[in-house]
Amino acid sequence: MKERLRQLSRLELLDPLFGGWRRLPHGLRSAVPAVVVIALAIAYPYYVSSLPTDVPVILAFPDVGASVTIVVFVIMAVGLNIVVGYAGLLDLGYVAFYAIGAYTAGWLASGQFEQVRFHFGSVGISSDQSGIHISVWLVLLCAALLTAVGGILIGLPTLRLRGDYLAIVTLGFGEIIPQFVRNADSIKGFDLTHGTFGISPIDSPGFGERLNRSLGLPVNYQSSFDRERLFFWTALGLLLLAVFVSFRLRDSRLGRAWIAIREDETAAGAMGIPLMRTKTWAYAIGAFFGGMAGAYIASFNSGAFPSQFQFNISVFLLCMVILGGMGSLWGVVIGGTILAWLNVEGLANIGSWVNAHTPLNVEVAKYQFGIYGIIIVLMMLFRPVGLIPERRRKRELEEGTPHGALDDPLYDHRTANEREETR
Amino acid sequence: MAALFGTRRPSGTSLLGLFFVLLLIIWLIVNLVKTPNDFFTVLLIGITTGSVYALIALGYTLVYGILQLINFAHGDVFALSGLFSSTIILSVLGLDENTSALGIIGGLALALVIIVAFGAVVNTTIEFVAYRRLRQAPRLAVLITAVGMSFIVQNVSLAVFDVNFRSLPPLIPESNVFKIGSVTYQWNQLFAVLATIPVLLLLSWLVRSTKQGKGMRAVSQEPDAAAIMGVNVNRTISFTFALAGALAGVGGLLYLIEFNIRYDTGFELGLIAFTAAVLGGIGNLSGAVLGALIIGLIQAFNEGLSWAAPGSDWTRSIVFGLLIGILVFRPEGLLGERTPEGA
Repeated sequence: MKERLRQLSRLELLDPLFGGWRRLPHGLRSAVPAVVVIALAIAYPYYVSSLPTDVPVILAFPDVGASVTIVVFVIMAVGLNIVVGYAGLLDLGYVAFYAIGAYTAGWLASGQFEQVRFHFGSVGISSDQSGIHISVWLVLLCAALLTAVGGILIGLPTLRLRGDYLAIVTLGFGEIIPQFVRNADSIKGFDLTHGTFGISPIDSPGFGERLNRSLGLPVNYQSSFDRERLFFWTALGLLLLAVFVSFRLRDSRLGRAWIAIREDETAAGAMGIPLMRTKTWAYAIGAFFGGMAGAYIASFNSGAFPSQFQFNISVFLLCMVILGGMGSLWGVVIGGTILAWLNVEGLANIGSWVNAHTPLNVEVAKYQFGIYGIIIVLMMLFRPVGLIPERRRKRELEEGTPHGALDDPLYDHRTANEREETR
Repeated sequence: MAALFGTRRPSGTSLLGLFFVLLLIIWLIVNLVKTPNDFFTVLLIGITTGSVYALIALGYTLVYGILQLINFAHGDVFALSGLFSSTIILSVLGLDENTSALGIIGGLALALVIIVAFGAVVNTTIEFVAYRRLRQAPRLAVLITAVGMSFIVQNVSLAVFDVNFRSLPPLIPESNVFKIGSVTYQWNQLFAVLATIPVLLLLSWLVRSTKQGKGMRAVSQEPDAAAIMGVNVNRTISFTFALAGALAGVGGLLYLIEFNIRYDTGFELGLIAFTAAVLGGIGNLSGAVLGALIIGLIQAFNEGLSWAAPGSDWTRSIVFGLLIGILVFRPEGLLGERTPEGA
């Protein structure tokens, strides 16, 4: 009956409307929503000012500056999704990658190292300033590569451990690295990270005079009138890169190996997948995007400060991945956008709306991580597949997988008879 | 040292591990020779801190032993209990340093009973609300839920007790138990150790000799078989959580007597205690105590010794570095068993 109704609604009632749509080839049909979303995102700076600012509950849409932070966090969520969603390795220390990326930008594109003077392609920095000033485009790449190496170094000793031990070791690294950057302001008298003050200012990206003259590209983001828009569009470009790489990786030999490991590590190993190498790659590529995003936001904020790198951020990123659906790229982007917006200004807006329209008086922002905790627990209890589940992952979670190292049920407390019946 | 690594032929990694242990010993000896008084003072502090850590670490190890779950919320239950006991002691019972000795002893004993019940109820509730539904779920799901619960409990503490540190007036006299040279040991320090020992004895009796303890061991070994033999698996798990929560409660009260507590104290302490449980061999009760004492000593030595000690800025890095080191060199921990049988 239900099935019949669905067929009716799907085929006959809507046919005049969607008939033409359904006759389009599949590839084109699935590309259309993506193109629409991308176009809407790119045009966002043009129409944000005309959006209403008195929307119930959420009050206003984020301005362009806040959107930059949102997009950068989504990039990190996409990176974390490779580790957690694709390969099924729980990483509770992703903030370490963020920190490595941000500090690499601090080292390679600021006046931190007064002892040297090295300039390479930097914009907006007069050539007599001390410190290392490398073009931020190169710094993004360097930061991403260095962080990937960091991911490999963290991964090599720990990836042979079982899932929950891996989680705790990554958590350990996530705690060590922020403490290191906080304390490393005088290693034998050498100021590596400038302690609690952080590294600031950090150079901003730009294309320099020559490209400006020939192609009309902006000289320097920082001094441009369109500073926030330029940062926003570049962040979108980086996000698209991360999403594209994720999509292509998922269907590659490596991506299929990750999914095989996630579903059943023992079987994957028996089928000849090199477990260590495959898992290390997941770590390295996840770290790559974390480092890139970290360096980019350090450049946008023009600083890297140790207080940015709390354990909370790791959990927040994990929450983004879980809300959207582990392994589901669309889910992570959309769930991540919602959560990142909540984090940047959404919760504060909702809080002030609630306080204005109800007798309650709560400081919503104070309990933000409690709210993320509730989201995590509710998702895990009632919809572990996430808002927009990946089809394959959904099947896994609904049917269970036999004897995966990480996905092994804690144990089955049903009686042997009951289990026989369900088989 | 041979016992530490068994009779296996030492591999490259275990030799490297031994090398680190050797460096640590040399560092301790140099400090002992240079500043013997500091060394012994710090040693006593380490034992005190270690015994409080032991109470928390036991909670981790009990739950891990039965569910193979790292209960991240455990540290936050500890902090919540500590904060709650400050309310009990100061506002409900109204103890302060002018109360008579008998009043203080009676009051603390009453507070201990209340806080044990409180911790047990909170922890059992967490298990009932969050983990019980996930018995069939992948382990990753339960672990993530535990992280979420940790944040929820932490925010409950924040909502009820606000952001300020809570501490007690000096209820236990700070007079010396003994004084040898300039090495002193105060009653309030001894109190933590004195309270920990009976708790440990009680716990090991409970796990080893009672029917409920036998049930726990059975469930941790093979839940299906235990269920067939008539053990109520769910009730046994609830009991384990209650036990862990009670230990967290005792730990919270003792910690409050010695130090001060805030809503987020529990998270980091919980991680340190978890490291202790892993160091001793998770799932192993005596291992948790041994690991906690070692961690307490390492922390005290690091913060209190003067020769080549990194200082308190680096404590967290050292503890987590140690955690990573153990997992790399000896993942099964010092006492190396995975069930509470070894108790």
